[in-house]
Amino acid sequence: MNAGMITTAYIIASVLFILSLGGLSHQEKARRGNVYGMAGMAIAILATLAAAGVTNYVTIIAAMVVGGGIGAVLAKRVQMTQMPELVAMLHSFVGMAAVLVGYANYLDPTHTYDSHAAKVIHLVEIYLGVLIGAVTFTGSVVAFGKLRGIIMSKPLTLPGRHLFNLGLGVASIVLGYYFVGAADIASGWAPLAIMTVIAFIFGVHMVMAIGGADMPVVVSMLNSYSGWAAAATGFMLGNDLLIVTGALVGSSGAILSYIMCRAMNRKFLAVIAGGFGGGGGKGGAAAVGEQGEVVATNADETAELLRDAKEVVIVPGYGMAVAQAQYPINEMTQKLRAAGVRVRFAIHPVAGRMPGHMNVLLAEAKVPYDIVMEMDEINEDFPHTDAVLVIGANDIVNPDAMENPDSPIAGMPVLEVWKARTVIVMKRSMATGYAGVENPLFFKENTRMLFGDAKASVEAILAGV
Amino acid sequence: MSMKIGVPKEVHENECRVALTPQTAGQLQKLGFTLAVESGAGEKAHYTDEAYREAGVEVIDDARKIWSDSDIVMKVRGPEKHPALDTEEIDLLPEGGRVISFLWPAQNQELLDKFAAKKATAMAMDCVPRISRAQKCDALSSMANIAGYRAVIEAANHFGSFFTGQITAAGKVPPAKFLIIGAGVAGLSAIGTAASMGAIVRAFDTRPEVKEQVESMGGEFLLLDFEEDGAGAGGYAKVMSEEFIKKEMELFAEQAKEVDVIITTALIPGRPAPVLITEEMVKTMKQGSVIVDLAAEQGGNCPITEAGKVTVKHGVTLIGYTDLPSRLPTQSSQLYGTNLRHLLTDLTPEKDGQIVVNMDDEIIRGVTVVKEGEITWPPPAPKLSAQPRKAPPKPVEVKEAPKPQSFTGMFIAMAIGALAVLGVGAVAPPEFLQHFTVFVLACFVGYMVVWNVTPSLHTPLMSVTNAISSVIIIGALLEVSSPHMSIMVLAGIAIFIASINIAGGFLVTQRMLKMFQK
Repeated sequence: MNAGMITTAYIIASVLFILSLGGLSHQEKARRGNVYGMAGMAIAILATLAAAGVTNYVTIIAAMVVGGGIGAVLAKRVQMTQMPELVAMLHSFVGMAAVLVGYANYLDPTHTYDSHAAKVIHLVEIYLGVLIGAVTFTGSVVAFGKLRGIIMSKPLTLPGRHLFNLGLGVASIVLGYYFVGAADIASGWAPLAIMTVIAFIFGVHMVMAIGGADMPVVVSMLNSYSGWAAAATGFMLGNDLLIVTGALVGSSGAILSYIMCRAMNRKFLAVIAGGFGGGGGKGGAAAVGEQGEVVATNADETAELLRDAKEVVIVPGYGMAVAQAQYPINEMTQKLRAAGVRVRFAIHPVAGRMPGHMNVLLAEAKVPYDIVMEMDEINEDFPHTDAVLVIGANDIVNPDAMENPDSPIAGMPVLEVWKARTVIVMKRSMATGYAGVENPLFFKENTRMLFGDAKASVEAILAGV
Repeated sequence: MSMKIGVPKEVHENECRVALTPQTAGQLQKLGFTLAVESGAGEKAHYTDEAYREAGVEVIDDARKIWSDSDIVMKVRGPEKHPALDTEEIDLLPEGGRVISFLWPAQNQELLDKFAAKKATAMAMDCVPRISRAQKCDALSSMANIAGYRAVIEAANHFGSFFTGQITAAGKVPPAKFLIIGAGVAGLSAIGTAASMGAIVRAFDTRPEVKEQVESMGGEFLLLDFEEDGAGAGGYAKVMSEEFIKKEMELFAEQAKEVDVIITTALIPGRPAPVLITEEMVKTMKQGSVIVDLAAEQGGNCPITEAGKVTVKHGVTLIGYTDLPSRLPTQSSQLYGTNLRHLLTDLTPEKDGQIVVNMDDEIIRGVTVVKEGEITWPPPAPKLSAQPRKAPPKPVEVKEAPKPQSFTGMFIAMAIGALAVLGVGAVAPPEFLQHFTVFVLACFVGYMVVWNVTPSLHTPLMSVTNAISSVIIIGALLEVSSPHMSIMVLAGIAIFIASINIAGGFLVTQRMLKMFQK
């Protein structure tokens, strides 16, 4: 294959990748979108393999078969509730690959440069690719640990952490200067390695400082980083396909982060700076004054209420994922729908630990997607809803966000469940949500609390429906 | 020792309901009560003595014994003269007894005095406060629902045609037209019933906010070209201004000429029913039309209806039944029984068959009209629940209008960006700039494409972009053939982990997307 053909193959692959993302705009076209993605990847790899100079097929095939096999097993085995972890882990691989490719490229002694500027630019590209890759790598690993529960999800707030970050940043720039100015590969090696370590530390520290509730932002941000890492590698290799793909992924992740931040009414920088959700919500509950009492209920009463209702809205949250309650919920939904009750689901953009997390879980349990609504679609319908079932969600249904300007989550758009006739809140206990804010919803007159494990509770209701 | 609840047979003429059904009996027993019912009490509601016995209820033949031996007496109608025993029921009540039933304390001051004289406790099911939490006990609503349904059935009984329109071999039948005035519980129930029978239903209410409810039941809401909100305290209607009433009457007069059936349900608490359909309007109605006046007992929305009777005047059948719920005795007994059960659940917090009259509970406070000889009616005004408390001052729009400066700021940022790009352009080789062009354009393409992604697919989007970003494998593929061992190893590892990513990312996306189904 000559260079021209490879370039055209890359163009085709780029187009397929764009179509792939475009395909996800609707559920019905989405599977086709994924197939486009696979086709694009296959074309890109085959074209590269046919390129002149690629000869080490044994290593390539061995690595690809083993790696692909592991990936396939992972994809098959993973539980849908663990999707955020898997995605975080996969991001770390992209990050690591970017670091390795950067190193390999730097070590290659065959590079020749037309000019000094070209050399500087090339070195800067390597440096940036490795930097972003390294941050993505450790950031994703820590995110994975937090999502898995191996690392505590509370934000780590070191004293002077902003200064610390700043120091790391300055150190990276200084090292970059030495790296670019290095006379040969051997002397440039040290600054590059030290910078990698610094970037590793920065990735760890950045994600450690972010609380569990902000995980959707972190995951989508890392998604974005993995794209920029690929784009930087593309510049380094002068490969347009990598640049296009990296830019696509990078902007996609950036948009997702933006959507998530908007859903929480937070500034992106504030989320990244971290430290939110570790208590210290000033005047969250106290400002409301009289709290009233919590009215508990039981599964039988809830079942009766649901049976007798015409309009039911179910609001799932992370608690549903933890308890794996989506299957009994679907069964309950089917029974109620068969009984003529209109059941719908209301999904808050940041429900769960990853953008779209709840949708995937509900889809897994075979809840039809046309009854799964977005916040904006359903918020107006709550006043006509007979019963709302809040399953393991807290901050996303907190009326304080709208009513109490002093609340730490003031201004965050929330699902206005309290406007429904009756709200049943399923919760393990009276603990606060990730934002550490009291929730006055629990004390409203039309709210009933159903304490206990979400799955057990839903099963008990199911028996009574 | 658990309390005993006794349910005597209703003595009011034509009263077919009963305060206990075998089903509610089981639930009350779970609260710890023992139950007794007078023989034949449920007969007219089609609950046999046998059914009560099966539910574990003692069946007693003697009304006196029921009254004297029970800790709590549950009834539908309040105590009145017992025709068979020739005595007042209230006299059968022992000293310190308890009665739960409809009592209408506003109209029955005398009865309250008698309760007080007996040191009794009386709870009026018609005094359940209109708060959301109390809906489960709201017997007025459950009875009104039945009355609304039955009103349509009664109208059907006296109406000479179908309600639904049909086209038959023998000709076309037009659908009947209904006008329903007052869209409370009874009105809405009537709207739903009439609409489900195929009639064209129009409804009017002074409270414009019920429009959606009317529409949800299949009715058409008649709007008055006039601004006044009729919502009063506790979700009931209030008296409207004269001008409003005039407009309203014009509307009714116009509708009366056209509709076949009018059902009126307008009541304002504690007042005689407002006159809405005048005799003049009745005269203009079509022959064979029907008016059902649910307010007949309080004087009627149509002054010429006679309470408790069906009359024909000016060729229009006027139905003034006041016992509509009792005409559906099985269902109304079941609903009333359930209302009672919910009230008793609130009264027995320990579920030990001992009632606790906790006057701090808003529901219990509302229904208790006499407590141990002390008249406690009327209760303090209930807190409004239907509307959000107005107290918290609206979260002041914290966002001051987006600062005009932000545009300038953005402009400056863009200008700096453009200069920086120009600066790079000045020194960078053309090859780099070519790539840079591609990069910037690709960012915009990504931006445009991703905004269209539906939020429910955000997770698949992330896993697919993740798989796509492992196109970085190409870099490794190009390097792995290097003769240098170190480069080969680094690139080999990169290929390995990127492959995990490619396979894992695409396959898991595929798996997820397969799950999304209608």
